[in-house]
Order: sequence, then C-alpha cells, then structure tokens
Amino acid sequence: MEYSKAPTKFTAGLLAEFGPKRVVDTPIAEEGFVGLAIGSAMLGLRPVVEIMTINFSLLAMDQLVNHAAKIHYMFGGQAKVPLVLRTPGGGGQQLAATHSQNLEVMYAHVPGLKVVAPATPADARGLLRSAIRDDDPVIFVENLGLYNTKGEVPDDHGETTIPIGVADIKREGKDLSLISYSLKTVTAMQVAEKLAQEGISIEVVDLRSLRPLDRPTILESVRKTGRAVIIEDDWRSYGIGAEVAATIQEEAFDYLDAPVRRVASVEVPLPYSKVLERAAMPDEQRVLDAIYKALEGTRRA
Amino acid sequence: MSVGQPDERATASSHHRDLHREPPDVLQRYYRQMLTIRRFEERTGEMYTRANIGGYCHLNLGEEATIVGVMEALRPEDYIFTNYREHGYILARGVDPGPVMAELFGKETGVSRGRGGSMHLFSAEHHFLGGYGIVGGEIPLAVGAAFALKYQGRAGIVLCQMGDGTTNIGAWHESLNLARLYRLPIVFLIINNGFGMSTTVEKGSAEPDLFKKGCAYRIHGERVDGRDVLATRNAMQRLRERAETEGEPSILEAVSYRFRGHSVVDPAKYRNEEEVQRERADDPLQRFAHLLQEVHIVEPGWFAQVEEEVDQEIQAAVDFATTSPDPKIDDLFTYMYATPVANAAGRR
Repeated sequence: MEYSKAPTKFTAGLLAEFGPKRVVDTPIAEEGFVGLAIGSAMLGLRPVVEIMTINFSLLAMDQLVNHAAKIHYMFGGQAKVPLVLRTPGGGGQQLAATHSQNLEVMYAHVPGLKVVAPATPADARGLLRSAIRDDDPVIFVENLGLYNTKGEVPDDHGETTIPIGVADIKREGKDLSLISYSLKTVTAMQVAEKLAQEGISIEVVDLRSLRPLDRPTILESVRKTGRAVIIEDDWRSYGIGAEVAATIQEEAFDYLDAPVRRVASVEVPLPYSKVLERAAMPDEQRVLDAIYKALEGTRRA
Repeated sequence: MSVGQPDERATASSHHRDLHREPPDVLQRYYRQMLTIRRFEERTGEMYTRANIGGYCHLNLGEEATIVGVMEALRPEDYIFTNYREHGYILARGVDPGPVMAELFGKETGVSRGRGGSMHLFSAEHHFLGGYGIVGGEIPLAVGAAFALKYQGRAGIVLCQMGDGTTNIGAWHESLNLARLYRLPIVFLIINNGFGMSTTVEKGSAEPDLFKKGCAYRIHGERVDGRDVLATRNAMQRLRERAETEGEPSILEAVSYRFRGHSVVDPAKYRNEEEVQRERADDPLQRFAHLLQEVHIVEPGWFAQVEEEVDQEIQAAVDFATTSPDPKIDDLFTYMYATPVANAAGRR
C-alpha cells in the first residue's frame, strides 16, 4: 500500500515526520515482510509492522509462531526479537467472514509472544510505547470499532507507559466483575453505567494484556464481588473467556455465588448481512441478560 | 551466469593449475575441515543410534566440499542462516565441535544451551544466526538481517542456505522479491542434493534448473559443482562481492548429493542402489585428497596424521558432550522473555 496515500490512515503522517528510511513501504507479502522484520530485529532494529487487518496476519503465522516466538528461548537467550506487530481485528463493519475475525487468542496461546489489546486512547499509547521499548515480540491488537474513540490522553512529554501484563480496573464495583478487553471494554463501561441507575454495582476489569494474563487482578476482583461475566468478541469455544473462566474456577471457586458466564460471538463465519451480522455479535442486551442471570439468587452469607 | 544462459562456469571444476595458485597450507586447511565434518557426522550418526541424540537429525555427509567452499568465502562480519542440516556449517564457521555435539546431546554446554537440538544450532559470537527446522523459515529472517546491515550501513552480507525442495515454497519467492526490491546484500545458497525428502527435484519443481528461479525477480543465479571445494569457494566469493558492493542479491545452486537418507532414520529406499553407489564413488573428500596427492602438496603420511588428529578432536567432542551436565529443571523458564514482564508463567 502506498503509505503516503494509504486509505486506512493507520500510519497517517508518519512518512512526513520520520522519512522514507524509517517508514518503509512493502509489497503484499505478509510472510515475507513479517519475517524480514523479525530478522532485522535480531540484528538490533526495532521494527513496528502494520498489517491492515489481523485476518491477513494468518499469512505470517509461520514467522510469528514458529520463529518470533521461539528465537529467544530456543537459541538459549542469544538473540532478541524486539518486534511490534500492530493489527486490528473486529467485526460489525459488514466486511463479512474473512475480514471480521478476532484471532487474538491464536497469538495469546503461544508462549514467547506478548499480546496486548487496549481499549482506550491512553492505554493504547502507553502500551504501544511499552511494546516498542520491549525486547520481545509484541502483538498489538487493535479493533476497527475503536479507531474513532475519543478519550483523555495525559500530556506527558512522551514518557507515560502502561506496563504489559497488567490489567486495569476501569470502574470499581461490588456486585459483579465484568471482565473484557479491547472494544468490549467500551460495552462493559456502558452496561455498568446503565446498571448503576438500577442500583447494581459493576466492577469493570479491562484485561489490556492477553499474554501474560493478569490473573491476580482478575481473581482479586472476583473474590470481592463473588460473580463474574466475561464479554469477548472472539468465538466462545477455546476463547479468551474460556481461559479467564478456567482461571476463576481454579483459583476462586470458593468465592463464587454463581457460575461464571461468557458472552461471546456466535460460532459462525460472520455473515455480511447487517441483520445476521448483528445477531452473531455480542451486544448489550446479551450482556445484560448474562448479568441478570448471574445476579439471581441470594448472596453468600 | 546470467539467468537462463549457458555458461562454462556452470560445469567448471578445479584443475591442477588451480591448485598451484593456492597456498599449500590453505588447501590443507580445507581438507582438514572437510574431514572434520565427515568424522563429526559419522560419529553423530553413531551417537544417534546409541540414543545419545534424540529428535530429528540430518547429516551433511557428502556435502563437505560445498560447506567448506562456501564458508571459506565468507568474512567474520557476515551472517549465516541455514536450514536444519547445518552441523557442518557451524563447524566450518569455527565453532568448536564439543559444544556442537553437546547441543545434539541436549546438554547445558551446547551451542543453544540444550534448548534447540540438532536443527537449531546458534552462535551469536560467530554470527551464526541459526539452523531452522521449518523448511524455508530461515529465508525471510535472512532477508531481514540483510535489511538491517544495509539500514545500519554496516559491511558484510548474509548467507541464506536452503535445500532444493525449499525453492517451491512461497516464503522464498516473497523473499526474493523483497531482497531485489530493497537491493539487499544476500546470497541464497541452494543445496541441490536431488531430493526434497524423497521427492525428486524434477517432480517438485516445474523449473528444475533451480538457479534460474530468481529470474522473475531479476536475480542473478549460478550453478556450481558442490563437490568441488575451490569452484564453490570461487563462485561464492564473486557473489559475495556483488552482494556487498553492488547490493545485488543472487542465487548459488550447489549440485550435491547426500550420502545417506534425509535424516538418520531414513533408509532412503526411494533411491536405487546403483545411483547411490555411483554417487558415493565420487566422494568430494576423496576427490580432493587425490588432487592434493597428484600435485604433491602434501607429504606421504600426512593424511594418516590428519586422520588421527581429527579423530581425536571428534572423540574429545563426544567426551565433552557425554560428561556435560543436563540443563537444570529450575531453568525451564529461563530465556522465556528478554524483557521481564508482570504475571508471566514461571512455574510448572
């Protein structure tokens, strides 16, 4: 893609600011240019690779999973791969099945990678800084639905970072932990606001990092509230929510007042039709239904 | 040769007159290195059958002249990426046989600290940036290393070694395109031993003249007799020079033959016995030994002396590997991340 005229604007202004040596245009060859970035990182460069959507990153899976994730460990610590891969996922744009996936769990599954998925502008900036300064490969998962988000970003003279591997309590509450990441954290905040008017106190746990997963923060929240609902844009089976739910079951079972519930995408290739697409994705009503179910019954004495 | 055109060099072999131009000690060193690889690999096969070595294990037997010729043309500032048939390359790069054998044994003293094994040898100090077990996985990485050299304005080139079957995968073609687009200092070395595992070159590649496969990317290619150490070295030196001074990537196809199966456990039944006997009769090591004898570069008795020294050196490597400690279980998570990170897994 001609960077100076790129229609997606992910890299708008970079060429003018940093010049053609640092802002490199590539042919459409994901396996080739991601591998190139990994190899250049082994010699000390700090490449930030942009792939237009996470769906296309599948073409680079061999380089990311078999190489970037392995090189430091497999060679006994002799090489580092300070690579950042920026790529957005997400549905809801009528882009149909091949262009609407949430594949972050594929990367979050792999030891050796670090995977982050911020929800707010401040977290995005802070985590991107951390990712660029990190000596390991970081998959920086964005979401098409978040690109127009507005939010406070502190004026910090380029210094604020958000640590990788640390979740954030976006809203404190006492009745139920609503656990999410990326675009679904926005949904979680909206739902929490709505329920506050009904006198229900929701704690919003924004994972921010998917690998490493901040288990202590999740568990601390659930031990306090006794109830958990997970919202995720990926498919339910083997998804991020499955890992979070299993963690809660293993480490906080005795604190639970209700089963942990998941609200995820329906397990179909996402259809093009607006009606079908909406029906397949987790929406606010499904989240509310899950929360009401989790709140049924009496609280533990 | 220019792509697609015949060239004398394609079949050129070293003759007696070539040897007289070489310092005798250099020729002796080449022979000794070739013999070191031969003996190392023979002992490796033996250690594998004794179950001292696990997993997959691919030997360089029969490819000694190619390896020594190519590696002798490189300079210390150059970087090397290879596939999983790479024991000989790291030895020819100057790494002691002991840590290489120790890696095959999975020991803490191995070149990859026992984490990599036969297919994943590495020595940052020697700019040997890895054997890679996934066919063609090393190619985009090698292109990236060449990109970094150019970006950083450093001297040197990257050698990217691969097998004949690898020329059929997409990563190679993407990499050729990138290397030529960005004019990167890299030489792609194809070891054509006739077989991608058991599939012949002719059955696997619509263009069996593998050195021509860069023509769609305007990449120069040459073929050399990989059993001829001097011809291989000379070709590699020329291509190295072009890569470094002109930013011209190129392909060198070394015609070779592996004396055994794809890996130690492959009986290679897809090859007929007649072919194997014929090919083995043209042993690169013996060929070079005959040349050295014919031009009287070595004294009678020299070969026996070198044999004995190399045998001892490889025995010492086996002893080193045998007596080295295993990695500690407490170090299972060591090297997990280069930058420590909160909440990383750290226990079994």
